[in-house]
This record gives sequence, C-alpha cells and structure tokens, in this order.
Amino acid sequence: MSQLQISTTVNGDPVEFLCEPDESLMDVLRDRLGLTGTKEGCGSGDCGACSVTVDGRLVCSCLVLGAEAQGRQIGTIEGMAKGEKLHVLQQKFLEHAALQCGICTPGILVAAEALLKENPDPTETEVRYWLAGNLCRCTGYDKIIRAVMDAATEMRGA
Amino acid sequence: MRFEAPETVEAAVSLMAGEPGNAQALAGGTDLLVQLKTGRVSPDLIVDLKRIPSMVAITQEDGGFRLGGAVPAADMLEDDALKAAWPGICEAAHLVGSTQVMGRASLAGNLCTSSPAADTVPAMVAASATARIVGPDGSRDLAVEDVPSGVQKNSLKKGEVVESIYLPPRPARSSDAYLRFIPRTEMDIAVVGCGVSITLDEGGIVTDAKVALGAVAITVQVVEAGAKAIIGSKLEDAALDALAAACSAACKPINDKRGTIEFRTDVAGVLAKRAAKIAYDRAAGVTA
Repeated sequence: MSQLQISTTVNGDPVEFLCEPDESLMDVLRDRLGLTGTKEGCGSGDCGACSVTVDGRLVCSCLVLGAEAQGRQIGTIEGMAKGEKLHVLQQKFLEHAALQCGICTPGILVAAEALLKENPDPTETEVRYWLAGNLCRCTGYDKIIRAVMDAATEMRGA
Repeated sequence: MRFEAPETVEAAVSLMAGEPGNAQALAGGTDLLVQLKTGRVSPDLIVDLKRIPSMVAITQEDGGFRLGGAVPAADMLEDDALKAAWPGICEAAHLVGSTQVMGRASLAGNLCTSSPAADTVPAMVAASATARIVGPDGSRDLAVEDVPSGVQKNSLKKGEVVESIYLPPRPARSSDAYLRFIPRTEMDIAVVGCGVSITLDEGGIVTDAKVALGAVAITVQVVEAGAKAIIGSKLEDAALDALAAACSAACKPINDKRGTIEFRTDVAGVLAKRAAKIAYDRAAGVTA
C-alpha cells in the first residue's frame, strides 16, 4: 500500500500527514499527530470514546478514514480548553465529579459541546438521547448529565 | 489498497467498474469501516462518494425530494421541509445508531448494506421511494424494495452505486410513520420494524396506503393485504385488526437472541396498527 498525503485542519491549525488508505482518522490523530486525547474504546462506533467533529458534525473518528480528512476541519478534545483556561463543560465535569477512569470523558465532552452548539437549552431527556452513543462504565451517567445541564445553564448566562 | 475521492459520479463509476479486484463505495462508512477492521472485507479500492456534490445534496425535484446517496441522517434531520413531508422517513433515520453514527450514516448506505433489520428501509418502501442507480451502462431507477436481495446482499451490479434516493410528491392529506420494537429505548437493532404511508380524502377515509415490515424476513416485506385492509376505512377497529392480521401473516421470521418467531409475528401486527394510527393522525393534521 502506498501512503496518502493529506492536508487538513485540526483545531484550527493546518496539519499535513501521511496515512495508509485503510487507516482510521482515530489512528491518525493518536499515532501520527500525537493527539491522544481521542480514545479508542471499541473501534466499531459503539462507544463514542473517539468522538471528534468533522466540518462541525459529530462523528466517531474510528468510523472515518484518515484520508477523508483532506480539506476538512477536524475538532478534537485538544481544541476545547483555551490554553490553561478550561471550557465550561470541562470545569463542570470536575465540579460534579462526572468522571472516574476518564477514558470516555474526552468523547463525552466533545459530544456535549456539539449538543450545546446546536441546542443551548436541552432538556435532560435530550441530553440523555444525544449522549446515548457515549458509553461510560464508571459513573452511571447521572453526574455526567448533571454536569452537562449545569454547563448549559452557565453558558446561556442564566 | 487504493483510496480515491472522485468529484463526479461518472468518475466514481469508472473507478468502480474499472477495478479488477474488490471495489467498495464509501458513503458514511459506518458499516464499511467496521468490516475493514474485522477483515470481513479487504477491498482493493475504496471510492469515497462524499466529494461528489449530488451525493451530499438534498434537493426538491418535481414535487418530491431527492436525497444524495451519501447524505447523512443528521442532514435530513435539519431539513424542515423534508421532516414535514416525510416524518416517518425522518424518524427512521433518527433511529439509526447514535448521534455520531447519524452524522455519517445515509439512507442509501442503509439500503445497500441490506441488513434485514435496517430501520430506514421499511420506511422508504412504505414511501414508494426509488433508488437511482448509476453504473457503466448508464442510470436506472429501481424501487427500494428491489435493492436488497438477501442478508447483506443487494442487486447492484459491478461498478454500480446508488446516486440518490427519490421520495415522490405527496398528495394533500398524506403522511407516514415508522415504529420499531427494541427491548430498550435507544441504540439497538430492530426486532421488528414497520413503516406505513397513508393518504386520506377530505372526509378522513384512507384512499391510499403502503405498509412495509423489516426484520421479519430475509428482506423487507411489502404487505399489500395490509394496505388493502385499511384503504376505504377510517382506521376503525375492524380495519386495524385486519391490518394486523395481514402483517402477522406476512412474517417469515427467524428465532434469534432478539426475538422468537412467535413474538416477531405478533409484534408486527401491533406495530402496524400503531404506525398506521400515527400516520393517519399526521395526515389528518391532528399531530405533527
């Protein structure tokens, strides 16, 4: 297999990389670009730990080929905090203790941010359905949902 | 393995047809990427369809909607006109996997993957949707129910891809609904799925209907006797019971971990009644 040369944008920065034709975007992010905040849970689109955005659309990066990133805008967990300043969602996850082992957390934060961009005032039911594809085996979800709801309230300035 | 991302349908067909080995079209990739990972497919060529403008566009055409072969469910769910005209198709699309999967998965992909339990297929069949298939010999329109030919098998020939799905114009007082049974509330595979499309006259009598069932046979089942049972009715109990009986009679299911033959056969009738009532109320303007 000959490698492909891909030019893309990750978290606003222009990035170039080489990848195999069958290499997933998740593997490219982790193994070639050193962006290991994106986690591999299942590798088959069931768990959401590898959630990123492609042109603003929430996807599982394990279900995207690296080659598909050509010319697209990729958003990962590494783009969420601004320097040392945490995103409101990240801060609320800390305050609510909405994580334990942390493997699912980057994916849930990326997914929750995508939700709040689309729907700044979601109901608890809407949050639960939106995050149904983000599995967490530690928390029982309740603290996660509370953290997202609290972050939504704060981000609305309410 | 090669990866190509052509910008025209003609180029995609030429690549697919010209590959002597195994060529796979890539729409949302929610099945293909899993199959690549598990080694179930080892293509020599992957052709990404998403750089082709017509493949990622939702357009209104001759009073209906044409949905490009790689339009993700998430795009459909942001199209208010589509949701108003085809709420059943859209609710089926909304049941395909997680938010993340809906960001990628397409109607045409769901159709071509040809899982017996595909959620969007019964809804598309009830809608009398057609698939526009392009290949080396030109383009042809095929009824959606004629695309799946078996479990994970479809009737596309070498070099062919689904360019779009067409949803026909809606007469006044028409609507649709899709329901599935799963043992939980989200993120599961249909034990039975049922799509119903209905048109009413001014007096609320059903003048046209189409009923389709998923996950009760190798391929999607069109239940003509079910449609006949409700045409001419206002969905009175007798008509609904006849619809349910026709749907149960159309089932040729298997026993598996998700459901028994007896359960699927019974639930098919229950879902058909409920879906018909939802479609009826929508067509009558009672509910959205």
